[in-house]
Amino acid sequence: MGLNDEGGHIRVFMLGWEFPPFISGGLGTACYGLTRAMDQLGVKVTFVLPKTVESEYVTHVKLLSPRSRRDGVSHVMAEEDLTNVIFKTIASPLQAYANPENYDERVEESLRLRREMIEQGKTEGDFHGSDYSGDMYSEIRRYATMAVRLARDEQFDVVHAHDWMTYPAGVAVAAVTGKPLVVHVHSTEFDRSGEHVNQVVYDIEREGMERADKVITVSHFTRSLVISRYGIAPEKVEVVYNGVERNGTWSVGSTSIKRDEKLVLFLGRITMQKGPEYFLHAAKKVLEAMDNVKFVMAGSGDLMYRSIELAAQLGIGQKVLFTGFLRGDDVRKIYQMADLYVMPSVSEPFGIAPLEALDNDVPVIISKQSGVSEVLHHALKVDFWDVNEMANKIVAVLRYPPLRMTLRSHGNFEVRKLRWKDAARQCASIYEQLLVAV
Amino acid sequence: MPSVCFYFQVHQPMRLRHYTVFDNDQRYFDDHKNAAICRKVANKCYLPANRLLLKLIDKHQGRFKISYSLTGILLEQLQMYSPEVLSTFHALAQTGCVEFLAETYYHSLSFLYSRQEFVEQVRKHADTIEYLFGQRPKVFRNTELIYNNELALLIEAMGCFDAVITEGADHILGYRSPNFLYRPTGCKHIKLLLKNYSLSDDIAFRFSNRHWVEWPLTASKFSQWVNAVNGNGNVVNLFMDYETLGEHQWEDTGIFDFMRHLPEEILRHPDNNFKTPSEVVAAYDAVGEVDVRHMISWADTERDLSAWLGNPMQSNAIHELYRLEKKIKRANDEQILSDWRRLQVSDHFYYMCTKYFADGDVHKYFNPYDSPYDSYINFMNVLDHLQRRCVVPTIQAVPHPSPGPAAAGTPIATVTN
Repeated sequence: MGLNDEGGHIRVFMLGWEFPPFISGGLGTACYGLTRAMDQLGVKVTFVLPKTVESEYVTHVKLLSPRSRRDGVSHVMAEEDLTNVIFKTIASPLQAYANPENYDERVEESLRLRREMIEQGKTEGDFHGSDYSGDMYSEIRRYATMAVRLARDEQFDVVHAHDWMTYPAGVAVAAVTGKPLVVHVHSTEFDRSGEHVNQVVYDIEREGMERADKVITVSHFTRSLVISRYGIAPEKVEVVYNGVERNGTWSVGSTSIKRDEKLVLFLGRITMQKGPEYFLHAAKKVLEAMDNVKFVMAGSGDLMYRSIELAAQLGIGQKVLFTGFLRGDDVRKIYQMADLYVMPSVSEPFGIAPLEALDNDVPVIISKQSGVSEVLHHALKVDFWDVNEMANKIVAVLRYPPLRMTLRSHGNFEVRKLRWKDAARQCASIYEQLLVAV
Repeated sequence: MPSVCFYFQVHQPMRLRHYTVFDNDQRYFDDHKNAAICRKVANKCYLPANRLLLKLIDKHQGRFKISYSLTGILLEQLQMYSPEVLSTFHALAQTGCVEFLAETYYHSLSFLYSRQEFVEQVRKHADTIEYLFGQRPKVFRNTELIYNNELALLIEAMGCFDAVITEGADHILGYRSPNFLYRPTGCKHIKLLLKNYSLSDDIAFRFSNRHWVEWPLTASKFSQWVNAVNGNGNVVNLFMDYETLGEHQWEDTGIFDFMRHLPEEILRHPDNNFKTPSEVVAAYDAVGEVDVRHMISWADTERDLSAWLGNPMQSNAIHELYRLEKKIKRANDEQILSDWRRLQVSDHFYYMCTKYFADGDVHKYFNPYDSPYDSYINFMNVLDHLQRRCVVPTIQAVPHPSPGPAAAGTPIATVTN
């Protein structure tokens, strides 16, 4: 598996996002899971990702050994067991889940941090503010140029770009090197913005998909969107479902802490796409039927303050807790406390979080408008807008232990069948098809 | 010999409507959907099949015979939605060539949970059949052919039956053939008729399967197989869902043509004949004893109860249902009792089955719900509401001393529904 036309292992130039421990959402989780699994298949990966200003790494340096950050947290290179993966970073303020609207704020925040670090002598070097183009679109183009420069020193057979901000880089690298391009659609502008589509973003996405030799989508839900909204030829679009990284903590009985109060969890970015207001409206209805329930919204996002306000407006403020963004152990802890996980997404290309919930023995309710509902049978499903039904199902899960038990045991079993290994295999076979065709 | 004994199971569940925890009325059933399905199946199966079988009985002048088990819950729906089907069943009853079998009125699993309720339902069913068709059933079949020694003992003790029908499962028969009558262990009088599942399923399941080596199945080919039993069996019991004719096997598979020619092909052999279950019981002796300690059924390949009671949701739902029995009966309200009994229809639990759910198989075809979880939630919401209705009337000896202003002048309600 995974051999190129010269009989060697396939080499991939992968334009991705985020690696542990700094993962802010599903996109990073997917890049990480997929790359790890490819490594195990023997696929050679040059993994290119943007690094924000405060990072001490510079471009064009092969990071072959782990280094420690100033705060002692070991960095990406802690992934020593990845024998076939080489990481390269490009200094850029691009971040997963950035959008043209919040981009300026984020850049300013990064620059401010950087300036502080220099002033306090915590890091050496000059302030390279001039490296960063003024707006996000120019930065994306600049990132593409940098990627091309970086690619010149590399040997690879195929270019694989994850989500829209790296598509121009993918297109440029493929054009310069003549290698086939795969773009991997983890989400589209329609998922993120509903019908208020940003035309520039849409154009970038569309150009990426058009110029690609193969488009991978994370679900049939997204595939049909790519075909109908972007006009991409169906035969060019293939579905590769995400997997889930098993934590191996199959802790039977760990959830048996006796509490009078039930806990219903929303975990994800609090943005329009994730449907936080439907969660709150459902919570309101649930509280009409039963009292001993708390609702936890774990995550941050541009709708967080509006959600806090909405909870207060609905008169359920004392029943809804906002934790802010959680990571690592805190995520594990909140899962252990939760009786139920709800994902009321308005438009969810895949949705890895429900798989993680099931992996942690938490039953899930997922929106029918999600890719993950194509692969999960042992989950409760609702239309995101149907808050009545959502509440009905929440109450049932909280009220009837046999329902929880059955969902949990079947769901946990089902999740174990969704492996990154299979996703990586599918990607590798797509590469092979492209290499044969060339 | 051998005799061919046809028995058709005729049943339609009464499906629940979408009932959430926020609903608070007594309309539990989806009248619209039930009517639509009843009429659809009537047009595709019950009416054409009844007419065909009537014609065949007429044509063969008493030599072609069949039997039915009609559930009470089906008869109620036919009365409401397709009375013309009832009249054709009535016409069939008039021929004298049709036997009607006994079962639980509500197609329930009551034998497993309440013997008293079970006996009441069997009596109610027998009364209904006698009222509608003028004959009192003499042969009993339990829901989904669920059976063990104890069932046979109870049926014998009821004193009004000559035989019980069940699945001719391999693991109860061993090397023995289903083509004889047997005596249930512990019984003195009643006999056991066993389904020949191989020949029955050739018609019920494999008939239209183009990958089956025997496809297409013709009446003459099937008759050859029946003839082959000659000499080593008394009876070939062909038991199947009536919906096989036209609904499970659509008309364009040729199933009606097959049935049209089957009697004459079977009767072509001079030793063959058709008998109803009671005639079979009268004609042949039990050749041995069959000992069934564990419950069997005719479902799936497991032939056990896992399709209804295989997961925690199913057993929880059914336990909660039967736990209400005393409360329901004490409430002494016809409507409450009927609603409770309608919830006993085994299909409700079948919908909750998680076995094979992810594979999308036969279970899905009959399931009005998107998932077993949805069906459990719906059922429990209804059950919860029903439970709240059966508040036992309490007689208050002393009038309420001070009715509130709102209640002034009106009788004080002590019964809350």
